[in-house]
Amino acid sequence: MSGHEWGPDGWSPDDDRLLDAPTIRPYVIARGRTEAQDRFDLISLAVTIKPTTGREVGLDPEHQTIVRLCRRPLSVAEIAAHMDLPAGIVRVLLGDLFDRGFVAVQQPQPEMDVLDERMYKAVLDGLRAL
Amino acid sequence: MAFGRSDQPKMPKAIKLLIAGGFGVGKTTMVGAVSEIRPLRTEETLTDRSVGIDDLSGVETKATTTVAMDFGRISIGDEFMLYLFGTPGQERFWFVWDELARGALGAVVLADTRRLADCFPSVDYFERRGTPFIVAVNCFEGAPVFELAEVKLALNLGEDIPVLLCDARKRESGKEVLITLVKHAYGKRPMATVK
Repeated sequence: MSGHEWGPDGWSPDDDRLLDAPTIRPYVIARGRTEAQDRFDLISLAVTIKPTTGREVGLDPEHQTIVRLCRRPLSVAEIAAHMDLPAGIVRVLLGDLFDRGFVAVQQPQPEMDVLDERMYKAVLDGLRAL
Repeated sequence: MAFGRSDQPKMPKAIKLLIAGGFGVGKTTMVGAVSEIRPLRTEETLTDRSVGIDDLSGVETKATTTVAMDFGRISIGDEFMLYLFGTPGQERFWFVWDELARGALGAVVLADTRRLADCFPSVDYFERRGTPFIVAVNCFEGAPVFELAEVKLALNLGEDIPVLLCDARKRESGKEVLITLVKHAYGKRPMATVK
């Protein structure tokens, strides 16, 4: 993976702005990669476990934004909504961060585990307390 | 939120509930009424596996469709995170439902008595897939008032499917709907059946 070739000069890791949305197509952000589509669910939760310095090779501004957003656990769907990117692109970027140890990812409660009585009780209690 | 020092912080597990129904029936309104965050919108690019027959070039083509979904969140202590997804109601988006329904605890089918037929596709889908669901009739002002039994009959619902009235704008009402769904799903657990 090479460094970012298209980042505007003067970009700072503290800059929360995204690149000009209309000029950068989502697949460019993901460098044309789509293979991570099946890796994370829309509700897989990500949390940052290692902050970035902003000088890591191969991490783009979007990666940095995810690392900042995920100081608290956020789902793929939420990251996508906050960054105004398609969920598929977020999955690719999240895969990079996961592979390099910047984020931990919690997969959702698997379908078979919906047998778990304790979960139903917790959810009912939680809803009643709303 | 405090995490331990371990590399794998204790994280909540996400659970998914679906709010389905026809266009304009109040799905996003209901999500917003109970969500702890302002409803967000996400776009999912999906491959329509039913397309691809139009093979003029000899190259396998996969049509992709981008679907927008509104969703909200309810934290259940620090152990679970409940996500509510308003699912696109149009029949042609059945493949979205497949992706969304996978792993879902259950679904609320929101109905409008003025356009009851709009929720047929959702009812059909969840019945076929075996996803536990309930029907909540959103009480729009000026809408004809039906007995719940009539709605049940019109939708050809099984005896055991709960049907209730609701006001999608009200938090208390939304709460009641979700509690009814979770109780129903609990009773529907495939105890001994192999999926």
